[in-house]
Amino acid sequence: MGKNVMRMTKWKPTGLALAAIATTAAVALAVPSAMAQRDPAYAAARAAGQIGEQPDGYLGFATPPTPAIRALVQDLNIKRKAAYTASAQSTGSTVEQFAFTSGCNLIAKTKPGEKYQTPGGVWKTRDASPPERDARCP
Amino acid sequence: MKRTKIGARRPTIDVRHVAVMIGAPTLMGALTGCVQIETPDKPIEINLNINIRQEVVYRLDGDAKKLIEQNSEIF
Repeated sequence: MGKNVMRMTKWKPTGLALAAIATTAAVALAVPSAMAQRDPAYAAARAAGQIGEQPDGYLGFATPPTPAIRALVQDLNIKRKAAYTASAQSTGSTVEQFAFTSGCNLIAKTKPGEKYQTPGGVWKTRDASPPERDARCP
Repeated sequence: MKRTKIGARRPTIDVRHVAVMIGAPTLMGALTGCVQIETPDKPIEINLNINIRQEVVYRLDGDAKKLIEQNSEIF
């Protein structure tokens, strides 16, 4: 008698647990990636040549940053790493490989006046000529 | 009176000191003989560039371009 009751009570929570899992999954999917606009402080620091693109696909400091700029860049680099990680998984590559390929493109995309880092680690200001990139860049 | 007291104390202290002074170097000598810590003279370097080949970069280029376009807020 007692055993039967125990079995009945044991079944119910599993159903509830499955429902809970389903709802959390639905919530996680429903939350959209925040398509926030570029921070004006980021655009300003970029235009001023305080921050620039590195060959590894991340942002770096061409000049010693203020705490605000440091925080901004760290935040963007964390988001970039998350994006690279997702893309690396879907393309069957490593995060470093995908980040590096993105770095090639991001340096190519810099506008005159913006900073980028050469493969040798030197910060250069982009001018009208093509940027100095890694030999492996397409 | 005072001098004799000091004189009487001194030998006992000296004997202890002597014991420690003999014991410590022999212990130290024994320890240095057993335990040798050597630090590497060069830092351990892991070169990630080895893992990135040009063919891989070319293969990923299209996807990288797409990612940058679709996530312009972080690039």
